[in-house]
Amino acid sequence: MKAEQQYIDLFTGYEDLIRRHASDVQNTLRTQALADFERLGFPSVKSEDYKYTDVAQAFAPDYGVNINRLDIPVNPYDVFRCDVPNLSTSLYFVVNDTFYDKMLPKAHLPEGVYAGGMKNFMDKYPEVASRYYGKAALTGKDAIVALNTMLAQDGFVLYVPRRVVVERPIQLVNVFRSDVDTMANRRILVILEEGAEAKLLVCDHSVDDVKFLATQVVEIFAGEGAFFDYYDLEESSVSTTRFASVHVKQEAESNVLVNGITLNNGLTRNNYYIELNGEHAETTLCGMSILDKEQQVDTYSHITHAVPYCTSNELFKNVLDDQAVGAFSGRILVKENAQKTEAYQTNRNLCATREARMYSKPQLEIYADDVKCSHGMTTGQLDENALFYMQSRGISRDEARMLLSVAFMSDVIDHVRLEALKDRLHKLVEKRFRGELAKCAGCRICK
Amino acid sequence: MLEIKNLHANINGKEILKGINLSVKAGEVHAIMGPNGSGKSTLSSVLVGNPAFEVTEGEVLFNGKNLLELEPEDRSREGLFLSFQYPVEIPGVSMVNFMRAAVNEHRKYKGLDPVSATDFLKLMREKRAIVELDNKLASRSVNEGFSGGEKKRNEIFQMAMLEPKLAILDETDSGLDIDALRVVANGVNKLKTPENAAIVITHYQRLLDYIKPDIVHVLYKGRIVKTAGPELALELEEKGYDWIKKEMGEE
Repeated sequence: MKAEQQYIDLFTGYEDLIRRHASDVQNTLRTQALADFERLGFPSVKSEDYKYTDVAQAFAPDYGVNINRLDIPVNPYDVFRCDVPNLSTSLYFVVNDTFYDKMLPKAHLPEGVYAGGMKNFMDKYPEVASRYYGKAALTGKDAIVALNTMLAQDGFVLYVPRRVVVERPIQLVNVFRSDVDTMANRRILVILEEGAEAKLLVCDHSVDDVKFLATQVVEIFAGEGAFFDYYDLEESSVSTTRFASVHVKQEAESNVLVNGITLNNGLTRNNYYIELNGEHAETTLCGMSILDKEQQVDTYSHITHAVPYCTSNELFKNVLDDQAVGAFSGRILVKENAQKTEAYQTNRNLCATREARMYSKPQLEIYADDVKCSHGMTTGQLDENALFYMQSRGISRDEARMLLSVAFMSDVIDHVRLEALKDRLHKLVEKRFRGELAKCAGCRICK
Repeated sequence: MLEIKNLHANINGKEILKGINLSVKAGEVHAIMGPNGSGKSTLSSVLVGNPAFEVTEGEVLFNGKNLLELEPEDRSREGLFLSFQYPVEIPGVSMVNFMRAAVNEHRKYKGLDPVSATDFLKLMREKRAIVELDNKLASRSVNEGFSGGEKKRNEIFQMAMLEPKLAILDETDSGLDIDALRVVANGVNKLKTPENAAIVITHYQRLLDYIKPDIVHVLYKGRIVKTAGPELALELEEKGYDWIKKEMGEE
């Protein structure tokens, strides 16, 4: 049986249930999503963009899906304590793929701002929701987006109206909690109207040792002059597989930062699609992953400069130990009329062992003739001269390696625009390199 | 303190050191001079355990311990220090983190607790003054973007922080102007005690005007061919190395 079939059967067999527990805005797209999924099928390893991730194999096992929206017995506040000191956030939870609405933070949100469950938002504001939902993540282009759109029943929405500034960062914790192998289909929808400002930190945690499979589709709409930070911190488990895609559409003079950090995982595929659709829009796309054992992170990015005077800065770094595998594919498309574009892409990787593998492929496609574009890629080892110099000062080789590895990641962390998170990340990265971060301190199985 | 007996060492299969014998006692300052390519820097590299060099014969005792069996970091923790001829730049690692890691590893080796943040900063400030190292440099990445003189000053600053029993200064004078030379030499002199020792490797008498050696050796073709008092350095300055070569029966 083809890997796709069980998902088609799941949907056709339980379509009524899926629809009953979701809002109309989501339901409207399901039939088309099914058709697209059937037509596209999972991308094969022969396709250029999925060379290093066997999608069909990842989706082949039989995972439970909580279509009936049964209550998962968990109090996320028990299993998760955010260990970012001095970072005061409005904290929300999604358990597997259901928004946790039993204990909401005491609202500190400015008037008109919505942060919370997707189903609830769509039931309340169907017009706003249908203007944006599924408009950046198109089911016709990507089978996993189609699959997610077909099955997703809930998720998280952040809506910030015109000129409203949300000072306090919003934090969303995706908790994976289950006694059986589970698949979750999550959605995140971020709408920032003209001049709106917000920061969203999303953390992935797996708190049980069963197998998890996540599809996650994030859509971000940044209106004119909007200012948005999106931090995505994965600290899951070796038995977690995650297919995530972030789709950003930016209007004129908007400024968006996307920073995707993988500290612990199993198999992760992160897709980033960013469209600069208004002049003087600026985007910073960066990320890093620290991998060992047989962990794998496959990063794909596609930045489209559709209009003149936009800037994009892209920086991805990987440190790979043991038999870890990393892949980076970065495409930048500068359209014909997108003059005065500035687009910079950097990918740097460290392989600590002979067995670790890194595949990197920069792709610049430029149709305008008055642009500043650059790309650079390096994969190498830690500097032996620097290691010896540190050893000669009494620093052990392991400690020296750790210091150099942390240093290697420091410029990705420097892009973080939340001071408290920046400090915390330096420490988390250090702990990760010391091997002390099997799981985040907030998770219950490592207590 | 240091006993080198019949030390032979290779790099890439080529023998550079061909039987070095040297003994350094506490309180002494030794100068090692010699023409280019005589093996001066190889000797210092071998002593601190640079993996590029292979010891093929001989023995080195440091305070009674077999130095050649120790990892480079343990040699440092035992009190050996090399001021590098070419200090290494380490982008992204701040001087503060670098020095704190080093100081704490030394403390751990001695069974002491890590130094507190305030004590550490105080220590940094105090030692910085010895070589007039700017605070700005101390907060930057290790040696990154430092001028030649600043790098050498930074070496002596690290020496001050780690308080070694035996310091080897490998051409610390090279690339220094006269003012920087004085600052660096003064730093070394301030760190001098009757309990520690130094080996100064240099081409020129210049540095020895500031750091007074007790004993001067001439290294030539991988062997120490002459050992005498400080007057030997002056003689070399005046006459060059040719007369040594002649004495060796060449040309």
